[in-house]
Amino acid sequence: MLGMLGVLATRRYPNLREGVSIAAGVITFALVVALAVTISWDAPPSLVLAEPLPGLPLTLTPEPLGVLFALVASFLWPITTLYALGYMRAHHERNQTRFYSAFAVSIAAALGIALAGDILTLFVFYEILSVATYPLVTHAGTEQAKRAGRLYLGLLMGTSIGMLLLAMVWTWQLTGTLVFTPGGVFDDQVSDGLLGVLLLLFVLGTGKAALMPFHRWLPAAMVAPTPVSALLHAVAVVKAGVFTVLKVVIYIFGIDSIARMAAADGLLILAGITILMASLIALRKDNLKARLAYSTISQLGYIVLGGMLGVVAGAVGGGLHIAMHAFGKITLFFCAGAILVTAHKTRVSELDGIGRRMPWTMAAFTVGAVSMIGAPPVAGFISKWYLLTGALDAQQIFAVVVIILSTLLNAAYFMPIVYAAFFKAADADALQVAHGEAPLPILLALLTTAGCALLVFFFPGVPLALVQQSVGLG
Amino acid sequence: MSLLDHFPVLVVLLPLMAAPLCVLIDRPRLAWALSLAVSWLSLAVAASLLFQVLGSGPISYRLGGWPPPWGIEYRIDLLSAYVLLIVSAIAAVVMVFAYHSVAAEIAADRIARFYAALLLVLAGLLGIVATGDAFNVFVFLEISSLASYAVISMGRDRRALHAAFQYLVMGTIGATFILIGIGFLYMMTGTLNMQDLADRLPAVSDTRTVRVGFAFLTVGIGLKLALFPLHLWLPNAYAYAPSAVTAFLAATATKVAVYVLLRFLLEIFGADFSLRAMPLDLILILLGLAGALSASLVAVFQEDIKRMLAYSSVAQIGYMVLGIGLASPTGISAAMLHLFNHALMKGALFLALGAVAYRIGSVALRDLAGLGRRMPWSMAAIVLGGLSLIGVPPTAGFVSKWYLVLGSLEQGLWPVALLILLGSLLAVVYIWKLVETAYFKEPQTAPVAVREAPLSMLIPVWILVAANLYFGLHTEISVGVARQSTVQLLGVAG
Repeated sequence: MLGMLGVLATRRYPNLREGVSIAAGVITFALVVALAVTISWDAPPSLVLAEPLPGLPLTLTPEPLGVLFALVASFLWPITTLYALGYMRAHHERNQTRFYSAFAVSIAAALGIALAGDILTLFVFYEILSVATYPLVTHAGTEQAKRAGRLYLGLLMGTSIGMLLLAMVWTWQLTGTLVFTPGGVFDDQVSDGLLGVLLLLFVLGTGKAALMPFHRWLPAAMVAPTPVSALLHAVAVVKAGVFTVLKVVIYIFGIDSIARMAAADGLLILAGITILMASLIALRKDNLKARLAYSTISQLGYIVLGGMLGVVAGAVGGGLHIAMHAFGKITLFFCAGAILVTAHKTRVSELDGIGRRMPWTMAAFTVGAVSMIGAPPVAGFISKWYLLTGALDAQQIFAVVVIILSTLLNAAYFMPIVYAAFFKAADADALQVAHGEAPLPILLALLTTAGCALLVFFFPGVPLALVQQSVGLG
Repeated sequence: MSLLDHFPVLVVLLPLMAAPLCVLIDRPRLAWALSLAVSWLSLAVAASLLFQVLGSGPISYRLGGWPPPWGIEYRIDLLSAYVLLIVSAIAAVVMVFAYHSVAAEIAADRIARFYAALLLVLAGLLGIVATGDAFNVFVFLEISSLASYAVISMGRDRRALHAAFQYLVMGTIGATFILIGIGFLYMMTGTLNMQDLADRLPAVSDTRTVRVGFAFLTVGIGLKLALFPLHLWLPNAYAYAPSAVTAFLAATATKVAVYVLLRFLLEIFGADFSLRAMPLDLILILLGLAGALSASLVAVFQEDIKRMLAYSSVAQIGYMVLGIGLASPTGISAAMLHLFNHALMKGALFLALGAVAYRIGSVALRDLAGLGRRMPWSMAAIVLGGLSLIGVPPTAGFVSKWYLVLGSLEQGLWPVALLILLGSLLAVVYIWKLVETAYFKEPQTAPVAVREAPLSMLIPVWILVAANLYFGLHTEISVGVARQSTVQLLGVAG
């Protein structure tokens, strides 16, 4: 019965325009909330969609971590649609129908990923998501967009078909099950070396997690319209990636076995390198969206890092960060889009003094930036707290150092923007063009998400409870 | 005997008898209507045969009432019923599609003869599958081959003649090899009945004659199968044949050749002999992989979509052969599954392409620019068919890829699994070249009024596309039958 609601939520493909999109978004969110409120975790309802392979049904089984992800994704969908309404009109984009349909399918796929009861179902929706977001990335239809689309699909499909699928079939062959099971599915007979190989295949195969060296698609995909970058590349797509990683860590391998695997240490170091490298690159990017993209890569690294620590607190931090980063990053992207449509500026160096004319936008930007840095009183602080605790628990000095260093780097690439926007005088050229605040739908959307980022800091109960439930702390 | 008992031969006789009728009628419309009726009747008969076999086991039919091994036996077991159904279903769908497509591509005075030849191809293919007699296989093979040379040569491009001639030469060599192989077997065993052959061969399997016969048969079937590196005739033949023919042949002819390979290797010679005593398993794996990868790579660089898909067919045949080479139940059922699924996806792709050719008169990549907007349904079908070809879930292609990878991992051959997936990635590349052109490129020439294809074309295309999705999600039928027939084949062998 409740599973049905979940399916209903995932199966909506509204093909009409904005009104329907928003309505569908709100209904979807309401359904997910209903699901989250009424569900009992001890006996979660499960729904079999189909059975493509004997013994391998496609199932949707809500579990806490997935519900959290579903909540975030379905909550941000109507808001993004609202934002897109302002953005697409102000920017005179073409092919809007295709845009909204692909958008809806993507969200449906993201929800499918969130509620998937086994890794095969997750994989199916994962691939649907890759294909459905492709027309969004190439929306502009320019040569650059097409190149980006090629890179996008090539990397995502390449890693997922080349490694994730292989890891999945291998797991099936070894254990005979692909259902997410608390504590993992492998028994003692599988050697540690093979487990390590599988973990590498799983994690690296999840190209959407943007772990270096498979991160190139993310900056490239920034040619997409801003609402797409915001929702898909700050929320749905990349979060689907790290969500997959966490699911695999918690429910396929089990946190305990991660703790004793050498491959996990290797991935930990890789995640650390990703965090630092991406932050350094972000520091040098002048294009605002590119800077945000690299910041995303580094933030995703945190989540992978959290999963690889092999302690409960780390996984909790990783899970929380999915939600926290979503609010912060979507706000930042909304702001970047708002600046683009009103002031027609894309570069960091052009933003001097813009805070005076777009005070609301830049205030929201500041909230997002603080959240990224992980300072109180914004959401990012909470997840970073748990990550640090986890790193200390696991006695991973490397991870501690990485987290602290990257916090400094985050501050180094976000704070100058805030400073310039509010305290530097605008140069003469910029003053020639008169413009005010962004259009209302845009403003509404970005203030909501910024507000959420603040609210979650003061009331972290719901996401925290969900994540702790899923790692067995309840 | 009631009519039901005659079904095994009826499925072959129907198209065989209708073919001369088509020539006698010599009126395009009537010939089409007759072919359509016959192909749907064959489908109905094939479906009822499958149910009979599922219900009560293999059917043996004695032609002319002579008991085997003196008379010719028609033997329908699960595998043949399965392939019969695939072939006749594809034929039925293609016939619906053919009306407009053929009218546009072939001169009116030739249409009746065209349908006659097409029916002969169908009769031949069905005959190969239905018969239980090794020599009969050769006879039907010749019927279908000769008729297919004729239909290919009717393509509107002059190069079709050359392609048909090339196919004729290669095909004849293949058929001759098969005949020689059968001759050797007959010499050693004195029988042509497949089951008798299977009984008597183990006793003489150590002789050089049998081995030579085995080699001749394998190479001959390999030629018909377009097994790498014997595939050279296929791209031209597919590229220049009329659209309906390409779709039909791509979805059925090579499948029947795979069937013959399965039949000879596993039933007549037995898996122990052909895959273990002879080093054929390794050869098949290597050739299959080489075919899958090299043909996919060549496909990436094709500018003519039909040719591109033709190379992709060679690659898919590589996968099937690879599955047989794995020599495990999973591998062999993966091969059968891919046989079925590939018929669906290639059928859908070539038919959709035929619809495109019908409207814009070209299948060159550059002429497809911007077509996603003007022929949305046809292009969407191509995209979905393409996804199935790549093996993206939840399409049928994914299921067969899954079993292939599983099969190779079971044998501990993880490099093979990796290479199979690499092949899928190459498929992504060539399919996406097509998608990008169709959806994100502006047409170069001034937009001529191009409309969506007529319904009589779209419906068959979408039936196949829907089948791709259906069999990607509900595989009780396809996987179940493939598994059971594997057990039967290996059971007979072991």
